Amino acid sequence: MDPVAESQKFFRRISQSSNIMLFLLWHVVHLILSVLYIVREIFRAIENYLITNGYVKTYTNLNLDRVKYLGIVIDSDEARNTSKVVELLEWLSALGVKKLCLYDREGVLKKSKAVFMERFGSTENSVAGPLVSKKRMDFEFVSITDGKEAVAKAANLLFKKYYVDGDSEKPFFTEAHLTDALKTLGAVEPDPDLLLIYGPVRCHLGFPAWRIRYTEMVHMGPLKYKKLGLIMKAIHRFTKVKQNYGS
Amino acid sequence: MEEERQSGVISKWLGGLISTMRRLLFTFMSSGPIPQHIAFIMDGNRRFAKKWKLDEGAGHKAGFLSLLSVLKYCYEVGVKYVTVYAFSLDNFNRRPDEVQYVMDIMYEKIQGFLKELDMVNRYGVRVLFIGDLNRLDEPVRLAAEKAMEATAKNTKTYLLVCVAYTSSHEIPRAIYEACQEKSLALASSGKNDDGIVNDDDDDVIKVVDLEKHMYMGVAPDPDILVRSSGETRLSNFLLWQSTNSLLYSPKALWPEMGFWQVVWGILKYQNKCYYLEKKKKQA
Repeated sequence: MDPVAESQKFFRRISQSSNIMLFLLWHVVHLILSVLYIVREIFRAIENYLITNGYVKTYTNLNLDRVKYLGIVIDSDEARNTSKVVELLEWLSALGVKKLCLYDREGVLKKSKAVFMERFGSTENSVAGPLVSKKRMDFEFVSITDGKEAVAKAANLLFKKYYVDGDSEKPFFTEAHLTDALKTLGAVEPDPDLLLIYGPVRCHLGFPAWRIRYTEMVHMGPLKYKKLGLIMKAIHRFTKVKQNYGS
Repeated sequence: MEEERQSGVISKWLGGLISTMRRLLFTFMSSGPIPQHIAFIMDGNRRFAKKWKLDEGAGHKAGFLSLLSVLKYCYEVGVKYVTVYAFSLDNFNRRPDEVQYVMDIMYEKIQGFLKELDMVNRYGVRVLFIGDLNRLDEPVRLAAEKAMEATAKNTKTYLLVCVAYTSSHEIPRAIYEACQEKSLALASSGKNDDGIVNDDDDDVIKVVDLEKHMYMGVAPDPDILVRSSGETRLSNFLLWQSTNSLLYSPKALWPEMGFWQVVWGILKYQNKCYYLEKKKKQA
């Protein structure tokens, strides 16, 4: 029996079993993490109950003037549940939100545009009976094609403007050039002040890059667990934020 | 003397124990996916100085020490790319003396770094300065270029330092560079076809052309984007590249950031990795 080979075999077995142990421990830790997320969800539900029933006085008078433009990012799979989106919009409308940008990556919300415009839109096309006293909102519907691909279209516009004619002056492009090109393509809406993200992860999922330079991004959790009280808390917190814009 | 030697031995032993435990924890974390690229917005240096009643400059110096430990932990756990937002183009609007102070610290630290090149090259760290370097003071710019040249052959890990950077500058600049490239390509192909330039194709420039010319085109998109001090905005940092990034905002001010924030950030990423990878594939 070769003692070196034997000891090598022994240590290999130990390292294999310790790797298995670490692997199992990793899964246990992540299971605990998932449980912690559930516990956090329970606390958020309690907080929501206290806020919506007026026990927390801080959030009773929301100053919505600071939220000139509210952005909502919804995970596309969750956005297919139109009734949940309508419920969310009803809450926002009741809070007094006037201007809203709805984003989902795949454009699912764009497909349901007619439904939302009919219920909440402020255009003449919306059907608003005399008994319906819901507050109206202005909508913008955005998807991934309005992000990077829109910038590529703007780039082509700038290329045609400055580069097709060989003799024309070719300036170094700045933010102003890009903004003008995007305006020509129809992107005229302002940057959202606050972005509420509904999905499993705090991730903006490709919201047009040039529009979120100084936007506060708050993760609200999955759409199916949305809570009015937490929207009020997010808006209230936003009104307290002081931005230096880098200076 | 004897006591000093003893306390020296004890602190060495303790240091060794902490280091071993840290390595064990990182080995355990490596059972799951480790992010390839983490980006940091180093926010809160001035607030830290105010909190501890220090000179403003001391906050930035403390921030630099924090940067070194965060980098160490990231590289130890296996992160290949680390990007830091050191100085924004918007920061040039700050008081001139503060801007000068930060430039001086950058110069001092880059010079210090250049003195330790042997160690840096042994660890295989490649340093890249990302941004409009022409906006920097000449000595800082030259030092940065020297550091980039000296580490150009390293490929083990990457440190991308964003200085004089904003996404608002990066995106139009990428458009400009893409236009320049396409114009030259069309001119040379036009020459071959007796001067006929094809301008009927509406999409001369595609998203992939723009991404090639981004400052950050040298690295994959970040998996995690961390902003210290609990603020929830990106302040014009990696807006294009953070499409599928987990945004993490620990409450700790930048000089307070360290081991536990890196661990927690990575654990959060591992917990949501499946969803993030799914979103990346859908793109």
